Amino acid sequence: MNRTLYGNLIFELSKDGRRGYSLPINQFGDFELPAELRRGEDACLPECDELTVVRHYTNLSNNNFGVDTGFYPLGSCTMKYNPKINEEVAAMPQFQSIHPEQPAETTKGALALIECLEHALCQLTGLAHFTFKPYAGAHGELTGLMTIDNYHRSRGDVSRKKVIVPDSAHGTNPASAAVCGYEVVEVKSLADGTVDVDDLRRVVDEQGPEIAAMMMTNPNTLGLFEYRIPEIAEMIHGCGGLMYYDGANLNPMLGACRPGDMGFDVMHINLHKTFSTPHGGGGPGSGPVGVREGLQEFLPFVSPYNGNYAVMMKAYAYILSLGKEHIGMVGPLATLNANYVKESLKDVYELPIDSLCCHEFVFDGLKDKSTGVTTMDVAKRLLDYGYHAPTIYFPLLFHESLMIEPTENESKETLDGFVEVMRKIAEEAINDPDTVKTAPHDTPIGRVDDVLAAKHPVLTFKQLRDEQD
Amino acid sequence: MSFKYFPHTEEELQSMLEKSGVDSLDGLYAQIPESIRFKGEYDLPSERCEMEVRALFQRLADENQQLTCFAGFGAYDHYTPSVIPNLLSRSEFLTSYTPYQAEISQGTLHYIFEYQSMMAELTGMDISNASMYDGATATAEAMMMAVAAGKKVNKVLVSEGINPKTMDVVRTYALHKGIDVVAVPLKDGVTDLDAVRQNLSEGGVAGVIVQQPNVLGIIEDFSGFADACHGQKALFVVNSVAADLALLKTPAEWGADIAVGDAQSLGIPLQFGGPYLGYMCTTEKLMRKMPGRIVGMTRDNRGQRAFVLTLQAREQHIRRQKATSNICSNQSLMALFVTVYLSLMGKEGLKEAANLSYAGAHYLCQRLTETGRFRLAFDKPFFNEFFVRYDGDADALYQRFIDAGMLGGVRYEDGFIFAVTEKRTKQEIDNLVKIAAL
Repeated sequence: MNRTLYGNLIFELSKDGRRGYSLPINQFGDFELPAELRRGEDACLPECDELTVVRHYTNLSNNNFGVDTGFYPLGSCTMKYNPKINEEVAAMPQFQSIHPEQPAETTKGALALIECLEHALCQLTGLAHFTFKPYAGAHGELTGLMTIDNYHRSRGDVSRKKVIVPDSAHGTNPASAAVCGYEVVEVKSLADGTVDVDDLRRVVDEQGPEIAAMMMTNPNTLGLFEYRIPEIAEMIHGCGGLMYYDGANLNPMLGACRPGDMGFDVMHINLHKTFSTPHGGGGPGSGPVGVREGLQEFLPFVSPYNGNYAVMMKAYAYILSLGKEHIGMVGPLATLNANYVKESLKDVYELPIDSLCCHEFVFDGLKDKSTGVTTMDVAKRLLDYGYHAPTIYFPLLFHESLMIEPTENESKETLDGFVEVMRKIAEEAINDPDTVKTAPHDTPIGRVDDVLAAKHPVLTFKQLRDEQD
Repeated sequence: MSFKYFPHTEEELQSMLEKSGVDSLDGLYAQIPESIRFKGEYDLPSERCEMEVRALFQRLADENQQLTCFAGFGAYDHYTPSVIPNLLSRSEFLTSYTPYQAEISQGTLHYIFEYQSMMAELTGMDISNASMYDGATATAEAMMMAVAAGKKVNKVLVSEGINPKTMDVVRTYALHKGIDVVAVPLKDGVTDLDAVRQNLSEGGVAGVIVQQPNVLGIIEDFSGFADACHGQKALFVVNSVAADLALLKTPAEWGADIAVGDAQSLGIPLQFGGPYLGYMCTTEKLMRKMPGRIVGMTRDNRGQRAFVLTLQAREQHIRRQKATSNICSNQSLMALFVTVYLSLMGKEGLKEAANLSYAGAHYLCQRLTETGRFRLAFDKPFFNEFFVRYDGDADALYQRFIDAGMLGGVRYEDGFIFAVTEKRTKQEIDNLVKIAAL
């Protein structure tokens, strides 16, 4: 990563009369869109030659940090390595050129791949069927809840309008429930970080006939396995509800435990987490939804075709590369890496729940709170040392959450290097707190003014230019 | 256990286990009840080396038939300049996450700002979000946004001019959210304004959704629509094929409050349905009602211009169940795709590609109707897609096209909806006509 800001916008490199394209000559004769159907003014797009465009985006990329740049311990995001062979096969022209309306007999290979991937996901999760229509994790959650809603409706069970969500859940869980027309009932966590089963029992006793489903991620967002899951599932099933598994944290379960066996009925998988497809700066992902036998007829129509097909291809290439021989090692190694980092740092960072974790764990900031150095400061200082920051201020259970997920691909040297820097920052917090509080220093830009951005929104180049005039 | 994606040596494994306070990998899972531990073997293929993975995909690839594409119906076979896949494969873009840490994500934040600027230009609207999944889900989000922006209204009018698959997605979202979708029929191939007015006058309408060009390829005249909507405090939502906006009157010119659609037509490969790119643009007035990520300009503490995710108080990770949308990620890499595409094409190239597509489609239509077997279903202007009725066995002809290596449009009623892009040569079109005329 280049530590100097490049900073240009493509519009600022534009010169009238330059062109970055070449197109065939019109051989069709004079056909022109009638004037009355035309826009009044051309869209003001940049005019650049090809090399200018290539350099511009190359320079921009140099101000970006990816998994290939360095360690990316962003909790809950499973920033694992994105194998290069996956990219190559997904770009094969005989897949890329398929129109989604093409008849099935001309797309046999593409359809066979969907079948193989479905089979693999069923094996790994213990569920019976998958739909690939959902484009992302949040889209998968919504699809899963719609499935559950369709199921209850089919039984004439229309009074079930509530979904139970633990207070440690990802923000998308309650939001997806609301978009699906559900009311959210929150249950608390115990001091050990797992769901308060007594609180849950109270909710079920009081509101059982209104409960459509319970959404859980297991291990939860603290990286802790909800060991009372069989009891929880029994309770929800007992009141007529279904169990929804948020697959965001599926990675440590490969080789260890399957959501279907835990008692879940419906789940989504983030292929861009557990199955190594790149996050792409925030998409495209893929959020296939799996269901237990008997629920497939309730899967909704949430996108026109096969979802993000090219992303699915990458996930299948990953599964093939690992095979049944190695895929079961993903969970244990991811879990080992997380526990190793946790144990190596818990004397200087506050570990609110000291137990074995799965793929990730959460510190509540520095142990020594007297320095005034916050989780935000630690995160920003990490950037100076060439690491991406962990997830910060989530989950909401602690004030100074610092959520670390190393993934199975990271070597002991990488983890040791990270541990060393985290310890160094803890020392700096005592000896040189100002350096930490004003970090980062060695990045293309310093801390940004978020308030200015929100109070006085400038969201387009046109607004920026109007501003300057 | 040694494997190319796992760096742990046996020695390291032991020392790490020790540090973790367990004596085996199994011990790490002590908290999982025995009864639900997975003990079996997955019924999965054996590991493949890289050569074998490549060969297996090649075998599957060979089972797909590559067809010369004359189909559209929401997904268009436009040309992808070679610069784009090259730049998209830069792993600093590809392997990064959502740009939460602005200090090391200026690359992503810059291009999203450029993307927002370009989409706002293309649609004529004030602002854009950082992108959505696809055109269909963006339309469903627009519906929810209209309902959230209104006061105690939960009815949305949707023209039957929108793609039926978009309609199905919209209906799915509406069913669960409790929104009442009323379909407005087409009259002579275009949305019936009288029916829109009639429905609006009954009250309770949050928004009216139309598509341009519509599902039959017809360029609709939306004069009077925005006024009719605004007179009843409803929002006017226009779903457009992004590439066609190079030439067509913009959603803003039609008075739209929300412009949505799919930007796949800006050079994104067909790839069996995805990933594509949904876009959403709106007015400054509705800015805080818009779902999805938004990037804004600000300053850093060194006085430099910088870009950052902003207006996050709208979003699910802050508002949880009170957010109007559950959308979390965007389709960032596809937004980069479109940004590079529009940078290369510029305003002239985009118009030129649109003109070529327009000309090719009109040439094909003319040639087909000259055969005497086809007639344009409606005497209405179209862009690069059109619906023709056929006086023979359309299914048989569709198969003949395939046998000749062509995807002869999309079968529709007693005929075909054909689409042409700048990729189709005169020879390819003449070949199609030759088969059609048999």
